[in-house]
Amino acid sequence: MIEIKHLYKSFEDREVLRDINAVFQEGKTNLIIGQSGSGKTVLMKNIVGLFQPDRGEILYDGRDFVKMTKREKVLIRREMGMIFQSAALFDSMSVLENVMFPLDMFSDKNEADRIKRAKFCLDRVNLAGAEEKFPGEISGGMQKRVAIARAIALNPKYLFCDEPNSGLDPKTSLVIDDLIHSITEEYKMTTIINTHDMNSVMGIGENIIYICEGRMEWQGNKDQIMTSTNERLNSFIFASDLFRKVKEANS
Amino acid sequence: MFIVNFLSAFGRYLMLMGRTFSLPERWRMFLKQYVKELTQLGVDSIGIVLLISFFIGAVICIQIKLNIASPWMPNFTTGYTTREIMVLEFSSSIMCLILSGKVGSNIASEIGTMRVTQQIDALEIMGVNSASFLILPKIMGLMTMIPCLVVFSMAAGFIGAYASALVGIVSVDDLTIGLQHDFRQWFIWMSMIKSFVFAFIIASVSSFYGYTVEGGSFDVGKASTDAVVRSSMLILFADIFLTPLLS
Repeated sequence: MIEIKHLYKSFEDREVLRDINAVFQEGKTNLIIGQSGSGKTVLMKNIVGLFQPDRGEILYDGRDFVKMTKREKVLIRREMGMIFQSAALFDSMSVLENVMFPLDMFSDKNEADRIKRAKFCLDRVNLAGAEEKFPGEISGGMQKRVAIARAIALNPKYLFCDEPNSGLDPKTSLVIDDLIHSITEEYKMTTIINTHDMNSVMGIGENIIYICEGRMEWQGNKDQIMTSTNERLNSFIFASDLFRKVKEANS
Repeated sequence: MFIVNFLSAFGRYLMLMGRTFSLPERWRMFLKQYVKELTQLGVDSIGIVLLISFFIGAVICIQIKLNIASPWMPNFTTGYTTREIMVLEFSSSIMCLILSGKVGSNIASEIGTMRVTQQIDALEIMGVNSASFLILPKIMGLMTMIPCLVVFSMAAGFIGAYASALVGIVSVDDLTIGLQHDFRQWFIWMSMIKSFVFAFIIASVSSFYGYTVEGGSFDVGKASTDAVVRSSMLILFADIFLTPLLS
């Protein structure tokens, strides 16, 4: 479980995150939603340690990440997997080498076992046969799946996804969402996904946190989100005609 | 303002070098990267080094014979001067200035692109010291290969000089006597020591500019240009400082 307590973050004199309090549940798909520029990515970067918060606590199973030493942070990072918006695959390495990279760096297994584990992860994301291709030779959806395979190679406890469906068509987005959700359940990870894709929210949002102008405005699940009376949340969700019509049909 | 900017950049450079020079997490991975950099930065530069050195050796020989040599100078002057220019300055300093353009821009744009596509963030999230993983093999690889390239450059320059002898501009015997006249082994070592320092400058400065890029492709291009300009300037300053020190 990851817990955020009274988190503040500013850049120069602009306050981006204000008094964020949130709980990200273990074994669940936790979503951070909000408009572009609301602070979702800054929040995620604080949680994974790419930014240092000005104030507040970030607790990983009770351990405060902000107060950890460099060495302790490095050890916690080895329990993390992350999928970036652009996949962030190493373009000088093949698909197999990308997935093997965390194993090569941190696993004590022999080479045959590392290759076996990497191929297992690729098979899990339905990319068996693409091992020798390079990132530039595969589609955006396939790149995201390679990124997922790389993120789970070391069996992480925490999985972070920064807009994993960005740039993908609706059908591929569903595939990616289902993959992330099934892996979260299978490996009992704490998964946090940054998104403004309402299809993802309604599909896999077991714990949803809505950020507005740097504040945590609402927390709940996908069943509660459609019936919430929070005005800002409703103006965000029902900005699309489709969801407005669904709500009208339901009511 | 210029001094503040310079000191700020120098401080950030030193901090980056502090992170770079730490023990690799996995020696196996470091050696793999090191060998890759030896090939990419060193072996792939052999062609251009040989080509430029060959022609410069020939041109120096022709210029001295036709425009400087005179009857009151010994016949071996052309060969002697060609050797001294190639060994003392061209093969170390000028060749490193040329390589700072080829290799330096390659390093800065590779690391800069990794920065803007979040590949460096991906390394950091995995718990890898990205500075050490990416930059240390480049520095060690270039410091290994550039002294070798300097020796190749000298040899190619002498062959170029002989090529000019083949077209009759200078006699082969005079050239051979000149190349051997008053040969000092220390000058070769001096050249290699200078190139060792220049290799560090090229690799570290280019890596710094690539690693600290912020923005997009335009900023990567700017970082690549800055890397070449700054490392060239530093090579020239270092040359002025090292030459009297080593002579």
